[in-house]
Amino acid sequence: MLLISAIVSGLAVGSMYGLIALGFHVTYVVSNTVNFAQGSSMMLGAVLGYTFGIKLGWPMPLAVATSLSLCALFGLVVERTLVRPFAERGSNAWLMATVAGGIVLDNVVLFTFGKEPRAFPSFLAQKPIDLFGAGVFPLQLIIPIVGIAIAVGLQIAFHRTRLGKALLAVVQNKDAARLMGINVGSAIAFSFALSTALAGLAGMLIAPLFSIHSEMGTLFGIKAFAVAILGGITSASGVMLAGLLYGLIEASVTAFIGSTYTQMIVFAVVIIALAVMPNGLLGRAAVKKV
Amino acid sequence: MSELTRRLLLAAAAASALTAPASAQDTLKLGLVAAMSGQSAKSGEAIVRGLSIAIDEINAKGGVLGKKVELLVRDDESNPAKGAVAARELVQREKVVGLFGGLDTPVSIAIVPFANQNKVPFMGVWAAGTPITRNGVAENYAFRVSAVDVLVDKALVDYATKKYATKKPGMILINNPWGESNEKGLKEALAEKNMPYAGIEKFQDADVDVVPQLTRLKEAGADVLFLVANVAPSSQVVKSLDRMGWNVPIVSHWGPAGGRFSELAGPSSQRVHFIQTFSFSGKLSPKAESVLAALKKKYPEIKSLADVTPAVGIANAYDAINLMTLAIAKAGSTEGPKVREALYALPKYEGLIKTYDKPFTPANHDALTSDDYIFTHFKDGEILPLTN
Repeated sequence: MLLISAIVSGLAVGSMYGLIALGFHVTYVVSNTVNFAQGSSMMLGAVLGYTFGIKLGWPMPLAVATSLSLCALFGLVVERTLVRPFAERGSNAWLMATVAGGIVLDNVVLFTFGKEPRAFPSFLAQKPIDLFGAGVFPLQLIIPIVGIAIAVGLQIAFHRTRLGKALLAVVQNKDAARLMGINVGSAIAFSFALSTALAGLAGMLIAPLFSIHSEMGTLFGIKAFAVAILGGITSASGVMLAGLLYGLIEASVTAFIGSTYTQMIVFAVVIIALAVMPNGLLGRAAVKKV
Repeated sequence: MSELTRRLLLAAAAASALTAPASAQDTLKLGLVAAMSGQSAKSGEAIVRGLSIAIDEINAKGGVLGKKVELLVRDDESNPAKGAVAARELVQREKVVGLFGGLDTPVSIAIVPFANQNKVPFMGVWAAGTPITRNGVAENYAFRVSAVDVLVDKALVDYATKKYATKKPGMILINNPWGESNEKGLKEALAEKNMPYAGIEKFQDADVDVVPQLTRLKEAGADVLFLVANVAPSSQVVKSLDRMGWNVPIVSHWGPAGGRFSELAGPSSQRVHFIQTFSFSGKLSPKAESVLAALKKKYPEIKSLADVTPAVGIANAYDAINLMTLAIAKAGSTEGPKVREALYALPKYEGLIKTYDKPFTPANHDALTSDDYIFTHFKDGEILPLTN
């Protein structure tokens, strides 16, 4: 009973971490930069989904599509204003700029959406179904399926399609890629739009299980980054696998050792794992040419 | 600039310099330091409403000591350092003669030493942390019209014993100083009754899934759960219980009252029985009727009783400022030591929560006792009292 419920909880929460972490992966493999406003992008997806789907009462598919498009647009803005100006000069200031961008977004949402947490009801998270004696909401089974499907899809897209190969070419040598006719700027912008849309999707999937407020993404963003590093940020399947493992460890520590120790043990495990496997679970060693 | 306009400007400046201090003397200034932004902003709003309604009434009757009462509000952002700076600014620059505190225990604990040093009466209207008023200072200027953790914990244990005949309760507490203070209080209250507990589990504000913690308590044989957390995390506990299909009674501190608990936790929110000092629901006293009418008039966004949550913030603040101004009137002075003495010798006052008869003594700076607590639950977005 304790074991089953820990596994179910762990896989569901872990796949949420994995989904957001895939967003870090996508921009990293294309441009060697990441958007530290991923947690806020997740929150944006949930807030927009709530506004269109619940508050304004739009049909859910339309609300989801509109929210994801706006999240992608946010990704484009982040890339254009917070990453490109710094990355072009070879500066690492995009790191702080994206953190700041996330804080600005959190506060804009606090100001416009309101201070009170709101609920995002869904029929997928009302009646639990029995799974080997543990109760599960159907949504908790859907989230891992969506997460794994997206991870596999990304893996295939990057290595088997022309667009994917073009994107990967950008990070290896920008000038060569440009000479081969790849529009480097659009490729990077596309990766940011995709990453924030993934985070937004995660936000909408989590929303019915959680509550919506301006700070809901903060801790998710941090844990997702730990997951991305743990999985080896260059491998989509590694990142997803790390998310699931992270969720499983978190739930099992809570179930068998006690919640007081969860954060201590989980983050200690992250540190140890990185010491043993510096490139993460499935990541490739980065070769720095001098 | 012509010579004439310059002279005119100088004259105007001189005139305003002369009149400005005079107009400042005309009001009696009271200060509030509370969370006006962030997750707890709703609490600050409720306190401001309670204080403002009372001030309107007091000023309509001619004010205090012949002066109109004026409220100055500062946002502490739930941050103790910011709260302490705001209290200093209010006292030293704005010359407020009394301070009111907000929801956060750590902020109030940061302000109280300053109030004591400067002999400015501080009145807590929300934060329940025991050491705010019981701070061990000989000349103590910290008073409170609100619940006190140590008494709340006793009341929670009493309620669980009487209502559910609990033999082995479990605790599910938020992992922060508030949770810790209640862990201590609950353990003491249980020890007094020689009652064992099934376990103590902690969870985080951002935890989506509390099933692992709750499963541990269930396996350990908990027959009642004590819950201490704010609105959003409390609703995660309820949703997790739903998923487990575990119908255990939940006896809670007043966290769920701070927002839209019934929306967040769904129909099962009714299961959570939580403590309050006041509710606008049910049969109201004439006093409560008139305050409610005044609230609706002054704040048109209040349409139903679901909009006057958290009622405790409004009611505690309303009674607290009335007690404070009564003391200033009785002292005939705004000097801290005289007001403090007057607070010990208040005339009988019929307030919103109860009729206060000598609410404060040098040994007790808490106006509310465990007799003033009521147990309530959410029904259709409204907080309704439960009868035993």
